[in-house]
This record gives sequence, C-alpha cells and structure tokens, in this order.
Amino acid sequence: MTAYIIRRLLYAIPIALGVSMVCFALVYIAPGDPLQTLLPEDASAETIEMVKKAYGFDKPIPVQYALWLGKVLTGDFGNSIASGRAVSEELFKALANTILLAAGAVAIAFSLAFAMGTVAGYWVGSKVDRFVTGVAVVGVSIPNYWLAIVLVIIFAVELNVLPATGMGPRGSDTFELLTWDHFRHVILPIFTLSMIPIGIITRTTRSCVAETLNQDFVETLRAKGLVESQVLLHVIRNSLPQVLAVMGLQFGYLMGGSILVETIFTWPGTGFLLNKAILTRDIPVLQGTILVLAMIFVATNLVIDLCQTAIDPRLKRS
Amino acid sequence: MIENSTSNALVELKDLNVKFVSREATVSAVNNVSLTLKAGEVLCIIGESGSGKSVSMRALMRLLPERRTKITGEISVAGKNVLELQGKELSDLRGGTVSMIFQEPMTALDPVYRVGDQIAEAVCRHEGCDREMGLERALELLELVKVPSAERRLKAYPHELSGGLRQRVMIAMALSCRPKLLLADEPTTALDATVQIQVLILLRKLQREMGMGMIFVTHDLGVAAEIADRVAVMYAGRIVETGTVQEVLGDPRHPYTRGMLASTVHGNMRGKDIEAIPGNPPDLRRLPTGCSFAPRCKDVTASCSEALPPEVFMGGGRMSRCLLASAPPDEPKSMAPAI
Repeated sequence: MTAYIIRRLLYAIPIALGVSMVCFALVYIAPGDPLQTLLPEDASAETIEMVKKAYGFDKPIPVQYALWLGKVLTGDFGNSIASGRAVSEELFKALANTILLAAGAVAIAFSLAFAMGTVAGYWVGSKVDRFVTGVAVVGVSIPNYWLAIVLVIIFAVELNVLPATGMGPRGSDTFELLTWDHFRHVILPIFTLSMIPIGIITRTTRSCVAETLNQDFVETLRAKGLVESQVLLHVIRNSLPQVLAVMGLQFGYLMGGSILVETIFTWPGTGFLLNKAILTRDIPVLQGTILVLAMIFVATNLVIDLCQTAIDPRLKRS
Repeated sequence: MIENSTSNALVELKDLNVKFVSREATVSAVNNVSLTLKAGEVLCIIGESGSGKSVSMRALMRLLPERRTKITGEISVAGKNVLELQGKELSDLRGGTVSMIFQEPMTALDPVYRVGDQIAEAVCRHEGCDREMGLERALELLELVKVPSAERRLKAYPHELSGGLRQRVMIAMALSCRPKLLLADEPTTALDATVQIQVLILLRKLQREMGMGMIFVTHDLGVAAEIADRVAVMYAGRIVETGTVQEVLGDPRHPYTRGMLASTVHGNMRGKDIEAIPGNPPDLRRLPTGCSFAPRCKDVTASCSEALPPEVFMGGGRMSRCLLASAPPDEPKSMAPAI
C-alpha cells in the first residue's frame, strides 16, 4: 500500500505541472490586455513599455512562465494589478471564506444524500424511493442562481428573517461562525450550494446500492445468516468507491466556489474573487486563484483515489 | 452427533410450489414438489437449466426475493417450519442449520472483504464470539478444506484466489457452523475438470465425517453417480423420477431420464453420435395440461397430453411420473416391477 501511495503521489506531479501550464497559458489565450485597464487610453508608448517591464510582460512567454512558477513554488503569486496587494493574501482570505461554505454544504449534502440514496436504493420501486428520486431530480434541475434569488426574495425581502448579502453585520471585520449574527449569513448560501450535490450524490448512491444488492454475493451473505443490517453494511462498503468518486468531484466544484452564488450573496470567496479578477483583467490574481483551485482538485482526486483503493483492493491493479 | 427431531426426516417438502409473479406473467418454477431427506443422506437433484432445481434449494432457505415470489406448500427442516420463520429465527436457520454452496465461486464472495473475515463473520454471527476467535476458527476451516498456506490465504481477497480455492473458501464458510443440512447448487460446474473431482471428493469426505444431510443439485449424471445415495430427476418444475442412485441411473423409468442418460458422453463413444433429446423444455409461463415432457417424448401416447400423469410408486421410495413407468417400452430386459 505504501508503495502504491508513493506511486500515486509521483503521478500527481506531472498532472500538477500540466495544470499550472494551462493556467498560465489560458490567461494569454483569452482576449484583452491587462494593461488596458491599468493605463489611461492616451498613454505614451514609453509609459506602456515601462509598465510592461515593471510587471515582466516584456519577456517571452516561456520565460515568464518559468519565472512565475519559480515564485509560485515559494508561495509568491505576485501582486494584484488592481489592488496592488499580494495575491496570496487576497486568495487565501477568499479561500477561507469559500471553505466555510463548502464545508457546510459538504456536511449537509453528503450525509443527507448518502442516507437518502441508500434508503431509496435498498427499497427500489417503493414510495420512499419515488419520493427520494423526486427530490434528487429537483436538486439537480434547479439552477442555483435562480434558487438563490428566490430564497433572497422569500427570506430576506418578504419575511425579513435572514440577511440577503455579506458575511456579517455591518462593520464587523472578523467572522465568528458560532454567533447567530454571523451564522445567519451562511444559512442561505449553504442551502443553495448543497442542492446540486444532494441531487447528484443521491442518484449515484441509489443506483450503486440497488446494483450491488443484485449481485450474487448478497445472496451468500443472507445464506450465511447475516441479518439485513449486516447485509446492508456489506452493500454500502461495496458501493462506496463509486459514491466517493462523485463526492470528490462535487467537493472540487464547491471549493471552486460558485461565481454566481457568491456574487448574488456578495460572499467574498474564490468565486467572487475570480469574478472581480476577470472583470478587471487582473492576471496575477486569475492565475493564482485558478492554479490553487486546480491543485485542490488534483489533491482531492488523489485522496479519493487512495480511499477507493483502500476500500476495494481490486482497483490497485489497474 | 445428530439430534433426533420428532420425525426422523431432516428435510420434508410437501407440495412445494414456487411462482414468480410479475406484471407480464406468472412463472411456475416449481410445481408440487415433495421430497424427504434423512439425516446424513445425500440426495442429488438432476435436471437441465430452468427445471427448478436451484429455485427449490433457494425456497428451502427462503432466499428468493419475497416481493416477487409466491411459495406455497410445506417446508420443514430439522423440525422447523421454514415458511413460518420470521426475521432473526430465519437468519438463525440460514448458515446455522442449513448452509448453501453456490455455483459461481467467482461472484459469490464479497469482493471487498478478506476471505478470512467473511468466514469469521458467519462464525461470529451464529456462535457469538469475537472476531479474533472467528478468525481462528476460519483458519481451522481453511485447513479442513485443504487450502494450501491457509494462514496467508486468510488475509487474501477473493480476486487473489483461483476458482477452485474460492469454492473451497465457500465450502469452509458453509461448514463454519456445523450445519445439519448442506445445499450444494452445482458447486463444481464452474470449475476446471481436474478441480471438479477434487472438490467433489472433498465434499463427499466432509459430508461423511460431519454426518450432514446434503442436497446436491447438478446436471451432470457422472457427478450424481459419484456422490448420491438417492436421486431425484426434475423436469419443468416437477420431480419426474426418484429412487436410489443405482435404480434411477441403472434402470430409468421415465423417458426423460433415459434421454438424459443417452445424451451423456461415457466410455466407448468414439464414432457414435450422441443422442440428444429433441425439442426444448416447455415455457414455464404456460405449462401444458398433460405431461410436460410429452412434446419431446418418443414414446408419447394420446393419453399423455390429456392429464398430468400420476406418480407411479414402485416400492422402496421409487417413483416415476410416467404412464408407462411400470412397463417401459425400450427396456428389453424388462425387470419385474415390484408393485
């Protein structure tokens, strides 16, 4: 197993390197020039040259990449063109805010979806199954920006019980999850964000559990006298690798922060930061954010892979 | 070793009927099957695919999906009325009193659990011990079924074992709680020929040593001759002939049994054609009113398709469900039937 873990870790390095290249290149493929937003339209050629030099845009792109990568490896993502502050500072603050929402959505969605999916899969075709499948379809079908707006209209505008935007009461600098004044701000965003994962994970769990129950070995388990709860445990363990794969993907998406949802709730997370950076062509922020998010994705996949192999040793061979 | 229950039969099936009900059709998989098995006896159920052999075995342990299956009749195992058992009582019976070995060792074991744990689980379930003791017993069992380097195999996953070894693991699991009755559903069919013999010999040896009753389902007459005390031949969900293995295989009284024997490859067959039974088994959704073998029978008479032929008993537990049972036309020797 240790050898397998080391091998998988080594495999992750070229993937990470490739991702970093794409991140870096993407920004240059996209139309628009960061200097346009920085300089007045009538700036002289010399000024443009000077600014280009200051940001390193005058060097060939491969050299820029090498320099950028070298800095990134030491944790230096450069400075934001728009605000002039260090990218890492903005990025990690935003990441912490997104993690808060993602963790909440993960906790709710994963536990609820797994429980509902297991129940529905065990009693396929029953009323419970039809109800759960209905919930799952609704979950995946509702666009979450629409849901966010509807929730704001209901709970913030009409009922006026929950705040529509922001991370805390006006003027507060820090965020304390455990106080109601702060906590009420996370309710709507977390609810909105958990809908899609609930739908997707429920459906996956349901089909995996139902499929596993039809396998021959379940009959063997019953034939040796296990009671249904013990049988279900075997079934769950057999379904887990597939369910984990879907959970990993959903976790990755949630960490990326939903640009739309964070924008609607003005939640200062990674989605919000990306949105701002795109609008202002803030290349260092874009590169840094995308890279970190991509790395989180790669790391999540790695962890999921290792968990899957730990559960189902047959996967080790492929 | 074996407790005597009120009747001395270990298994008693009376008028067992199993129907699979779906929206489209009702399939009568087992029809009015009655049989008894004494403790320590080996009964072979022979028949082709779809004749209801495996379904009868599963009905005996109530392993068929309850929602889609209708079981009527009486099933009694070791004095217990199996059709009335509920919840925990039923799972106590399964693996405790009755065990089953399945046909496909490749898929019958849980792929994500170590085989040692799978055996230990059965032991712990019925004997209420902890995992450690369960594993100790699992090791003994693997040695009993002659798994080489058993200690290492205890930690193996099913995919790391060959088919023969997996079937030995299945046998070890089935024997883990010293059942009184072992059901073997074509346990050697999926194995290589050389491994088949080994597993068969092992099963017979263990059955004798432990004094278990065994019902062995097979479509291989050679296997039946090797292992059985008594034989029951099934066709289209009915038992068409029973008797001791010598009687049934040596002097078959049902045309289906004769057809099966004629279509079996045995010594000195080179150059001769194997006689196949013409036609196909009947559709279990629409069984013919008369003898279900009549459409394929070469000795068929007009009265065969009028009504279901009655069971003709010929003494000593010998039975054949054929109008011509007492005077088989193809039998030049004409052994005097003892009626």
